[in-house]
Amino acid sequence: MAEPALPGAEADAAGLAVRLRGVTKIYDNGVTALGPLDLEVRRGEFVSLLGPSGCGKSTALRLIAGLSAPSAGSVDVSRHGARQHGSHGIGFVFQEPTLMPWASVRDNVRLPLKLAHTPARDADARIGDALDQVGLTEFAKAYPRELSGGMKMRVSLARALVTDPDILLMDEPFAALDEITRFRLNNDLLSLWRNLNKTVIFVTHSVFESVYLSQRVIVMTARPGRIGAEFRITASEPRGEEFRTSAQYAAHCREVSTALAPSYAGQAGA
Amino acid sequence: MRSPQDIVRILLPVVVFAAGLLVWELTVRAYGIQPYVLPSPLLVLKTLVADWPILAQSLGVTLLTTLEGFVAAAIGGVALALLFNQSKWLEYSLFPYAVILQVTPVIAIAPLLLIYLQQQTAVIVCAWIVAFFPVLSNTTLGLSSVDRNLAGLFQLYGASRLQSLLFLKLPAALPYILGGLRIAGGLSLIGAVVAEIAAGSAGAGSGLAFRIAESGYRLNIPRMFAALLLLSLAGIVIYGVLALISHLMLRRWHESAFGKES
Repeated sequence: MAEPALPGAEADAAGLAVRLRGVTKIYDNGVTALGPLDLEVRRGEFVSLLGPSGCGKSTALRLIAGLSAPSAGSVDVSRHGARQHGSHGIGFVFQEPTLMPWASVRDNVRLPLKLAHTPARDADARIGDALDQVGLTEFAKAYPRELSGGMKMRVSLARALVTDPDILLMDEPFAALDEITRFRLNNDLLSLWRNLNKTVIFVTHSVFESVYLSQRVIVMTARPGRIGAEFRITASEPRGEEFRTSAQYAAHCREVSTALAPSYAGQAGA
Repeated sequence: MRSPQDIVRILLPVVVFAAGLLVWELTVRAYGIQPYVLPSPLLVLKTLVADWPILAQSLGVTLLTTLEGFVAAAIGGVALALLFNQSKWLEYSLFPYAVILQVTPVIAIAPLLLIYLQQQTAVIVCAWIVAFFPVLSNTTLGLSSVDRNLAGLFQLYGASRLQSLLFLKLPAALPYILGGLRIAGGLSLIGAVVAEIAAGSAGAGSGLAFRIAESGYRLNIPRMFAALLLLSLAGIVIYGVLALISHLMLRRWHESAFGKES
């Protein structure tokens, strides 16, 4: 018997950020939400998980984050970043901004550092950088209720970035925003991803958003969620607004939509 | 800044109050009602001034009891809720007794307490029994209404139990705790009064409620009214102060602190 490897060591060695093998999740009520699911995400890759509501894509994200344990299979997450600066190495952005209403923007972004007992001077510098990256420097002292939906989402993003994680997990982060704001945040996210060299796993139910953002789109089936199809989006980088209107974009969207359609079969109103 | 409607809203109760006093005063004069049956408002006011040394001292005693009962209720209620939040077993074991204490009328418990405890202690315990439950139940509710995703975030960043409590649960529960304290303020006054009256019937005491009971035995009805007026004012002030503290603590972030417009 080989000794059990350190968590993440295996993924690390393969140049992967995340590796899921035969992962299933069965809830306490006996419903199988997910799997079996095999998924490999390379370091630095931008991957979208696309699927209908209830297909377990958020569950997959929570498993990767360690917020919930798989019923079977193994979840292997690279600890590359964690070793570097003693942080978790994972940033999480929820569908809701999930901010603490009693704390200012600055203190909300400070939270992960505060929990890790980061020295104040170091923390202040990182918070400054994170707020700068999302363009909210002027709003550091504002309270969440004083901000628009898009700005709250930016705070949430800054909080995820402040520990400089290798992996950014995003759970339908822009679903509740209006289209113009969403487009703007899409572009900002893309430039952050290019500049900061992060691995991004992005959960969405929007075909257009997944194609626009990702290098790879993974289409998931209805519950229990499995991988239904995979597409490489080969558009050249950097992508901008002109990509949204290109024929290539339209073609990608069409093929992804076609692959997604069976996931909605049998659903009322589909 | 104030609209005419706002002014009317403030003015109306004042007008009703003044009119009520006027009718009262005129009725007493017109029918020549004796002060030991119903004193006129003016006489009550005069008595309040004339008996001020006695009444002020009694007011001090009652307020001190109320304050002690309130502080005990605030600390006890929040501490119990925190314990319950940390240990389900403790909650299952003790919560029923908290409910029993709450639903048993305190006026029936007070005479018993006076038998087993020193009078001053008994009075404070009475105030505590009446006042701690809203703090306990509100704090419990607040501690368990933490946003699920925020809790997940704390878990993701490896927060300790203490960190979760200090930085997440307590701030999230603060509006609920303050709501409980606002109710507890008035209730601890009631608890103090009930205990004083129970103690007063045993022939000892010096608080405002004792003065009311004592004045009743002596048919000094104007002083009864004057003491009642003071108690009522004390209740209003306690509520006002707690509401103000609550507003100041929540005004930057909580919905309750904003008008409907914002």
